[in-house]
Amino acid sequence: MQPTDIQDPDYFHKVVDCQWACPAHTPVPEYIRLISAGRYADAFMVNWKSNVFPGILGRTCDRPCEPACRRGRVEEEPVAICRLKRVAADYKGDVSDRMPPAPTTRNGKKIALVGAGPAALTVARDLAPMGYHLVVYDGDSRAGGMIRSQIPKFRLPEEVIDEEVGFITAMGPEMRLGQRVDSLKGLLDEGYDAVFVGSGAPRGRDLDLPGRQEASENIHIGIDWLSSVSFGHITKIGRRVIVLGGGNTAMDCCRSSRRLGGDDVKVIVRSGFEEMKASPWEKEDAIGEDIPILNFLVPKEFKHRDGKLYGMTFEKVHAEYDAKGRRRLVPTGEPEHFFECDDVLVAVGQENAFPWIERDIGLEFNEWAMPVVNETTFQSTNPRVFFGGDAAFGPKNIIWAVAHGHQAAISIHQFCQGTDVNDRPPPMVTLASQKMGIHEWSYDNGVSLDLRFKVPHRDKVIALKDIKSEVELGFDLKLAFAEAQRCLNCDVQTIFTDKLCIECDACVDICPVDCITFTGNGDEADLRTRLMAPAHDLDQALYVSGELKTGRIMAKDEDVCLHCGLCAERCPTGAWDMERFLIDVAQAENACCSK
Amino acid sequence: MTFIAKPKLHHPELHKNSLGYTRRDYEGAISTLCAGCGHDSISAAIVRACFELDLPPHRIAKLSGIGCSSKTPTYFLGASHGFNSVHGRMPSVLTGANLANRDLIYLGVSGDGDSASIGLGQFAHSMRRGVNMVYIVENNGVYGLTKGQFSATSDKGAKSKRGVVNSDEAIDLVGMALQLGATFVARSFSGDKAQLVPLIEAALKHEGAAFIDCLSPCVAFNNHEGSTKSFDYIREHNAAVNFLDVIRSREEITVDYAPGSVELVTQHDGSTLRLRKLHTTYDMHDRVSALTYMQERQAAGEIVTGLLYVDPNPRDLHGHLHTSDTPLNALMDDALVPGSSVLAHVNARLR
Ligand SMILES: Cc1cc2nc3c(=O)[nH]c(=O)nc-3n(C[C@H](O)[C@H](O)[C@H](O)COP(=O)(O)OP(=O)(O)OC[C@H]3O[C@@H](n4cnc5c(N)ncnc54)[C@H](O)[C@@H]3O)c2cc1C
Ligand SMILES: Cc1ncc(C[n+]2csc(CCOP(=O)(O)OP(=O)(O)O)c2C)c(N)n1
Ligand code: SF4
Ligand code: SF4
Ligand code: SF4
Ligand SMILES: [Mg+2]
Repeated sequence: MQPTDIQDPDYFHKVVDCQWACPAHTPVPEYIRLISAGRYADAFMVNWKSNVFPGILGRTCDRPCEPACRRGRVEEEPVAICRLKRVAADYKGDVSDRMPPAPTTRNGKKIALVGAGPAALTVARDLAPMGYHLVVYDGDSRAGGMIRSQIPKFRLPEEVIDEEVGFITAMGPEMRLGQRVDSLKGLLDEGYDAVFVGSGAPRGRDLDLPGRQEASENIHIGIDWLSSVSFGHITKIGRRVIVLGGGNTAMDCCRSSRRLGGDDVKVIVRSGFEEMKASPWEKEDAIGEDIPILNFLVPKEFKHRDGKLYGMTFEKVHAEYDAKGRRRLVPTGEPEHFFECDDVLVAVGQENAFPWIERDIGLEFNEWAMPVVNETTFQSTNPRVFFGGDAAFGPKNIIWAVAHGHQAAISIHQFCQGTDVNDRPPPMVTLASQKMGIHEWSYDNGVSLDLRFKVPHRDKVIALKDIKSEVELGFDLKLAFAEAQRCLNCDVQTIFTDKLCIECDACVDICPVDCITFTGNGDEADLRTRLMAPAHDLDQALYVSGELKTGRIMAKDEDVCLHCGLCAERCPTGAWDMERFLIDVAQAENACCSK
Repeated sequence: MTFIAKPKLHHPELHKNSLGYTRRDYEGAISTLCAGCGHDSISAAIVRACFELDLPPHRIAKLSGIGCSSKTPTYFLGASHGFNSVHGRMPSVLTGANLANRDLIYLGVSGDGDSASIGLGQFAHSMRRGVNMVYIVENNGVYGLTKGQFSATSDKGAKSKRGVVNSDEAIDLVGMALQLGATFVARSFSGDKAQLVPLIEAALKHEGAAFIDCLSPCVAFNNHEGSTKSFDYIREHNAAVNFLDVIRSREEITVDYAPGSVELVTQHDGSTLRLRKLHTTYDMHDRVSALTYMQERQAAGEIVTGLLYVDPNPRDLHGHLHTSDTPLNALMDDALVPGSSVLAHVNARLR
C-alpha cells in the first residue's frame, strides 16, 4: 500500500466515527470533553454552531452517531452522545450574549423562506449574521415546524423549543407566521433574490378500508391528530385505542393516547416487531407505558354500528423471503383477529405535497411528484429556488433538515454573491499535539470501563397524568460526568512519523486492542490478513507508514483503537504522537463564528 | 512512566486458548521501564508463549534478581507465583523452589549484570546442575537500573554513551551455558518476536536447564553509535542459524521445505520442534561443533541467533538426586513421619 495521506481531511474525519456519521458533523468528542470539564456553555456552543438545536436534538435526535460510535465495537453499547447534548443544553446557563447579534447593516439581498421548521431556521441562522433580509413564512402561528406541531411535549417541552427558536428569531429575520404561501410564482414575482423551500412533508397517509367513511368520527390521521394535540385543540381520546403503524408517529400517537384517557392502547403493525421503523428506544418507551405492540397483523376493516366505531379486524400474516431475500407477507390462514376500540389513529406514513408550487415556473418535478433537487447544492432547476429538509427528498428527521439547511445556506450565499454554487468551500482542519509532559496529555487518556448509564425517567404514574410533563429527566451532573468519561476521544489521533521509528515494538506490545503491526508491505487485501488482529471491516481504514529501516512498514487498523495514547507513551522516540484533530465543516461565510 | 492502567478493553475477536484465557489474561501490571526498553518486548514474548502453550498461570513461578530486567516479572503473568530475590541470587532461590516443588514451571528472569557479574557463580551452578527451568538473560550490555555502567557482557571496544571505550573482555553466557552442560541453549533478540516466541515456547517445553541469552537494547544507556547492543547494531550483525516452530503433539506435522533444510526434533514431553535451517551444516546436537561455530562467527563479527543446542532427552537435577516424585508440600504425614522402624533401619545403615 501507499503511505496513508493524512493531509486528506476525510482521513481522520472518518476515524471520528460519530462526527462522520452526524449529518451536521457535530464535533462530538470535543463537546463531550467540555462536559467532563464542566464547561457546559462551551459544550452547548460547539453544538449550536453545528446543529443549531442542541436542547431539542439532545432529546429527540435520531442519533445516527450512536450506532457508529467506536465504543459500541469495543464494549456493549455506544456513548450516550445524544443525551449528553441535552446535558450541555440543560446546564449551559444564559448564553444569549454569546449569540451573534442581529446585524446593523443589510447586504441588500432579500430571501424568502417557506416554512419555519428546522431546515428553514438553519438557513436563517446561517444567513442572518451576514445582513440578509430574511422573510420567513409559515402557515402555523408559531415557529418550529414539526418540532413544534408533532413532537409531543412529554418528549420535548415547549420552553426548549421557545429558547432555541428564539435564538434565531432574535437575529432579526422577519417572521410572517400564520401566513401560508399559496403560490411560489407569486413569491418569486415579489422580487426575492432567492427562495428557500422548507415546507416539510405535511401529509399523513390514509387507509382506505371498508368502514373508513362511516366511522370517520373516530378515525384520525396520526400527524393531524398530533398537531391538534400539540396546539391544544384535542385534549381527550377514547378509553380503547388502536394505533396503526410502526414508525415514530405511531409511537408518539400511542404514548399521547395514554395521557389523554386511553388506558387500553395498543399498536398494531403489518410487519414484524424487528422491522418496525421506530427506533429501539422509542419502542422500549412505549412498551414501558403498558402499550403492547402486536405484529404481523394486516388491517382489514373498520367495524361500526350506527355510525360509531367499535373495533377493527385484521388478517394474520407471516414473512416469507424469496431467493433474493425480498420479504413477502403471506396470510397464515388463521381466522380474522378482532380488536375492540373506541378510536383508531392511522400512522402509516407521511408524504410530501406541493399544491402551492406551479408547474410552469422552470421548476421540474420527477416521476414521484418530487422537485428535482441537486444533492450537494440543494438548488432546484429554477436557480433562484432552493430546497431542504423533508421538502427536498422526503421525510427524514431534524438533524438531516439542519444539515440540508447549512448546505442550502452556503449555496444561497454563493448564488447571491454571484459565485458558482458548485464550488463548495473546504473544511477548516487543525491538528494539534496533546503532549504536555513525558507521559502527560492535555486530554484524559484513561479509558473508563463503565457500561452505558441510563437516563432517569419520571415516575410513570405522574408522567402519564400530564401530557406536558417531560418523561426523561436528563442526566444529573454526576451521571453526565460518568457517561462523558466513556467517550474514547476518537478525535485525538495517533500520528506516526516513520523516520523517527526505531522498530522497538513497544507500541505493538502495549496496544490493548492489537491495532499496530510491523510487517512487510503488500496490497490492502493481503495486508489485512497479516495483522496482529483480524481487520475485516473494510470501512475502517488501515493507516500505513512509509518504509522503515528494516524494510517493513507500520500498519495500524483504525477500527478499534481506543485513542488511549499508550503507543505514544511507550514510544521512546516520539514517533507516535497524539494530536487533536478538529474539523470545522464549512458553513455559509461567517456563519456563527462566535465562540 | 505511564500513569494509567492498560485498559481492560480488548480486541473484540481476541482468541481464547484451551483454558479459556485470552492473551491479555497473561499480562501483568503496566511496565514502569523506560519507553522502548527491549525488556518490555521480551515480557510480551513470554506472555504470548505462555498463552499459546495453554499454560495455567497459577502453575508458573517466575523468579528474578535485581535490575530493570529483574523487575519485569511484575509486568507479565500477573496471576502466577513470583519471587524477586536479591542481586544475582535468582538461580539459588529457583533451585531451592524447584527442589521443593517440582510440579511448577520455573521461569528465571535475569540481566547481564545480575547473571554475568554478581551472580556469575550462581548462574554457573544452576546450569551444571541441570535445574529444570527456563533461564532468560535480558542482555543489554549495561547495568540499566544503575544508569548504564558497562556490564560483564559488554564487548571489548564497545563505546559507552559518554564515549568511554570498554577495555575488558566480554563474558559469553551462551558459551558458558554450553560448556556447563545446559541442555537447551539459544540466543535471540527482543526486536524479533517471530524468532523469540517459539524459542521461549520450546524452552518451556524442555525438561531440563534451558538457557536463552536474549539481546535486549537499553534505549536509555546503550542504544547509540558505537554500542554493540543497540537495535541497529544487532539488526546489522544478526546471523540466525535457524527458525523454529513449536508443534504441539496434537497438531499434524507437515514438512514442505526443501530436503535438508528442515529438521524435526521431538522433545521428551511429546512436543516437536520444527527447525527451518538457514545454515544447513550447522549441527545443533553437537556441543563441541556448536561452540566452535559460535566462536568462529563471533570472531567474524556476527551475532549468531537461533536454537544453538538442544538435547532432546535431558536429565534434570531431580533425576540426578533421585528425589521424591511428589512435591514436598504434597507429601502426607505417613510419608513424612514413616515411624520408628524406618528410623531404626536408616540408623542401622549408618552404623
Ligand atoms: C410525529 C412525528 C414525530 C417526529 N419525531 C421526530 C424526532 O423525535 N426526532 C427527529 O429528528 N425527527 C422527528 N420527526 C421528523 C421531523 O419532525 C421532521 O423531519 C423535521 O421537522 C423536518 O423539518 P423541515 O424543516 O424539513 O420541515 P417541518 O418541520 O415539517 O416544517 C415545515 C413547516 O413548513 C410549514 N409549511 C408547509 N407548507 C407551507 C406553505 N405553503 N406556506 C407556509 N408554510 C408552510 C409547515 O406549517 C411547517 O411548520 C417527527 C415527525 C413526526 C411526524
Ligand atoms: C548486592 C547488590 N549490589 C549492587 C546492587 C546495585 N545494582 C542494582 S541493579 C544492578 C545491575 C543490574 O544490571 P542488569 O542485571 O544487567 O540489569 P538491567 O538493569 O541492565 O536490566 C546493580 C549493580 C544491588 N542492588 N545489590
Ligand atoms: S467514543 Fe466518543 S469520539 Fe468515539 S465515536 Fe463514540 S462518541 Fe465519538
Ligand atoms: S491509541 Fe495507540 S495504544 Fe491506544 S488503542 Fe490506539 S493504537 Fe493502541
Ligand atoms: S534503563 Fe535501560 S534497561 Fe532500564 S528500563 Fe530503561 S531502557 Fe530498559
Ligand atoms: Mg543489563
